[in-house]
Amino acid sequence: MEAWRFFKKTLRLVVSGGPVYYGWCLFLICIVVVAFRYYLYQLDQGLIATHMRDQVSWGMYIANFTYLVGVAAAAVLLVIPAYVYHFRPIKEIVVLGELWAASSIIMALLFVFVDLGRPDRFWHLIPRFGWLNFPSSLLAWDVLVLNGYLLLNIIVPVYMLVKLYYGKEPNRRLVVPLILVSIPWAVGIHTVTAFLYNGLAARPFWNASILAPRFLASAFCSGPAMVIVMFQVVRRISYIKIEDSALFKIAELIAYAMFLNLFLLAAEAFKEYYSDTIHLASLQYLYWGLNGHRVLVPWIWTALGFNVSAFLLFLIPRTRKWLPTLNLGCLFIITGVWLEKGPGFVLPGFVPSPLGEIYDYVPSQLELFVSFGVWALGLLAFTLFMKVAIPIERGEFTHTGRGRPSTAYAIPDSEAQ
Amino acid sequence: MAEKHLTRREFLRTLVLAGASGAAFSLASCTKDERERFFQKHFLEMTDAEKRQMIGRLEETYLKKYGRPFTISTEGAVPRTLWGYGLDLSRCIGCRRCVYGCVKENNLSRHNPQVHWIRVLRLRKGNLVNLEEAEHYYDPPYVPEDGYFYMPVQCQHCENPPCVKVCPVHATWKEPDGLVVVDYNWCIGCRYCIAACPYRGRTFNWAEPKVGQDEWNTSVHYLGNRPRPKNVVDKCTFCVQRVRIGRYPACVEACPTGTRKFGNLLDPDSEIRYLIDHKRVFRLKEDLNTDPKFYYFFAE
Amino acid sequence: MEADTKPRELSEHTNVKLLHAAEALPWCLACHDAKDRDKFHLVTGELVGFTETYRLCGQCHGTNYRDWKAGVHGKRIGYFANGPRTYFLCVNCHNPHDPKFKPLKPEPPPFRPLDKENG
Repeated sequence: MEAWRFFKKTLRLVVSGGPVYYGWCLFLICIVVVAFRYYLYQLDQGLIATHMRDQVSWGMYIANFTYLVGVAAAAVLLVIPAYVYHFRPIKEIVVLGELWAASSIIMALLFVFVDLGRPDRFWHLIPRFGWLNFPSSLLAWDVLVLNGYLLLNIIVPVYMLVKLYYGKEPNRRLVVPLILVSIPWAVGIHTVTAFLYNGLAARPFWNASILAPRFLASAFCSGPAMVIVMFQVVRRISYIKIEDSALFKIAELIAYAMFLNLFLLAAEAFKEYYSDTIHLASLQYLYWGLNGHRVLVPWIWTALGFNVSAFLLFLIPRTRKWLPTLNLGCLFIITGVWLEKGPGFVLPGFVPSPLGEIYDYVPSQLELFVSFGVWALGLLAFTLFMKVAIPIERGEFTHTGRGRPSTAYAIPDSEAQ
Repeated sequence: MAEKHLTRREFLRTLVLAGASGAAFSLASCTKDERERFFQKHFLEMTDAEKRQMIGRLEETYLKKYGRPFTISTEGAVPRTLWGYGLDLSRCIGCRRCVYGCVKENNLSRHNPQVHWIRVLRLRKGNLVNLEEAEHYYDPPYVPEDGYFYMPVQCQHCENPPCVKVCPVHATWKEPDGLVVVDYNWCIGCRYCIAACPYRGRTFNWAEPKVGQDEWNTSVHYLGNRPRPKNVVDKCTFCVQRVRIGRYPACVEACPTGTRKFGNLLDPDSEIRYLIDHKRVFRLKEDLNTDPKFYYFFAE
Repeated sequence: MEADTKPRELSEHTNVKLLHAAEALPWCLACHDAKDRDKFHLVTGELVGFTETYRLCGQCHGTNYRDWKAGVHGKRIGYFANGPRTYFLCVNCHNPHDPKFKPLKPEPPPFRPLDKENG
């Protein structure tokens, strides 16, 4: 009964908001509805409604999946400074970061779901009910670690928020180990995702040891950049205190991650171009075109330009500590890493095909709309999470109904930076 | 009134109740047949009785759906057999009769999508294993063309198959007679196996397969050439419906130049053992350690 | 019968052009028996019928004959076990008078990924 009352209260919270909130939610819901109709068409016609074919059998959906797993792993970047280095300004927003990680994982799992040929058979993946090919298949590993990560990033914030709602202190002995375990787990989800590509000897573009480190480096760029943007939105609309210094610290860490990402790219390029075997073909296709097939070339160079620009913007303290350039850098990184890690990673793996064929995959309209729909659903989920989480954090939404600023996260002014 | 707090137990109870009622509702709204089809077990986990029941249901379904009576075999592996294939590159003229013979025998979709288990490559003379220069879509008035030779490629039935390693649900596995097969009713269509195969051995049914009503071959095997549902993976099975009763695969019979050879690798008197002993055989991409059972050779 | 080794035009079987290894097989009677038209003669003089022509071919094409006997040259269809097997004889594929294979018209190439017949 108490659960129902709590749920009713959160429902009431979620449906009451200003015009901007309604406008944003309605906008997202429209996209979801349109996308769902496209998805139904895909279910009816089969995956032939996409532009994926035998030659390039993974496309826009899996590209987005790869990117979003990286974004979800970025929660780690917030957690480490807060809990390992006791950097106070970040501590208060950890819960919001974890809810963003949960939303990202939801989107990633949805992208896999819409990519499946037989989603009605997804229960075959459940251990004991189906037959999960663990530990042989890396996809089986991914199913387990991604769902575990989702559980972790739902349970911990929900627990903290519910405790806050009742005005109680969270049991640190329960929560801190879970938060600390999410650090290696976040590294784990992205390593497993990298390994699922890495282990395929049939695809020389992916069969490189550099994959897992590169994935982690680019994940630590894109995820936190989204978080920086998101928290500026959050603090504007909800007056929750998020210090500028927190944002600048995150940006500094992104700069180091982007340096690593660019260095690893250079290492890959050296190996392929200097050794000059036939396996150079995939990288060649991506950056310069192969036999006149140049469909990815402008995109990848845009990505490189964005990444390098963002790196410089975050490295130089002047531009890092000025919000307009900081945000420009974030935009560059979010787009640049998406291009490089999504289509710029998945598609060249299939070109040339194992028998030397080149097929220029370009997503179909259906795939684009379904992808927008999944993103919209994730953003909607995050918006709803925030609609409940922020009032709880600010102490406005409590069990007693009396507005009282919560003490759990308050930082005494003398300590605040 | 004492303040009641939302306990962990209550929260979990609500969750479980909601989930269970949702599942029960959707289950109750299905027919028995739909329920059986949805919950069908993995082929390897079925008892003989369950297999018989499942085959009966499938034959009924096919009759209704395709208007032809099918006989579905579940013939198991013949003891002490390990099937191997030989392909004589000195004789292939690139006529593609094997491709279309396979299409007919194995009920492959003719269009939307067009599924070909065999792909014939045209390679320039002087260049054998660099497949980057392979031409798939050659269409001259006559074959063979001067200066080229032809190499058909299909599932190589590896002894160390990467596709089996990566399938997340065990929908594909290696049978005791060495054939790598797919349970089309278990495959979830994730296409990880297609990414893992170095030989373009596996194809995907991107839509409902299109076969004319009088084009169906109705003697089928559950793991082989039975009509496939849409959105699942399939592949050459060395004609499992034929070889397990001792018949040559369809591609072997279709070839007009005697390029294709088939036999039991464990039988020292078989054709395949003869050619491994007497001809210089090689396998594609041997450095990948997949250990294929598809041997290419040059008889002369 | 004395062999008349002068090259000349045939008055019978004018549709047959002998284009098979001109040095080794200069004329019809190199394979066909002069007296019994239903038989061929081996180099030893032994006569063989139409069902054993592979022995005739095997005299010159020894390696192919050996491979054919093992099943590696030529074609076999039907059952390799538990049933009848059909062996193709040499002449089922090779025209002994003009053995060079004529080029065949190939079956159509596969559809490309986005052809309308392929979705």
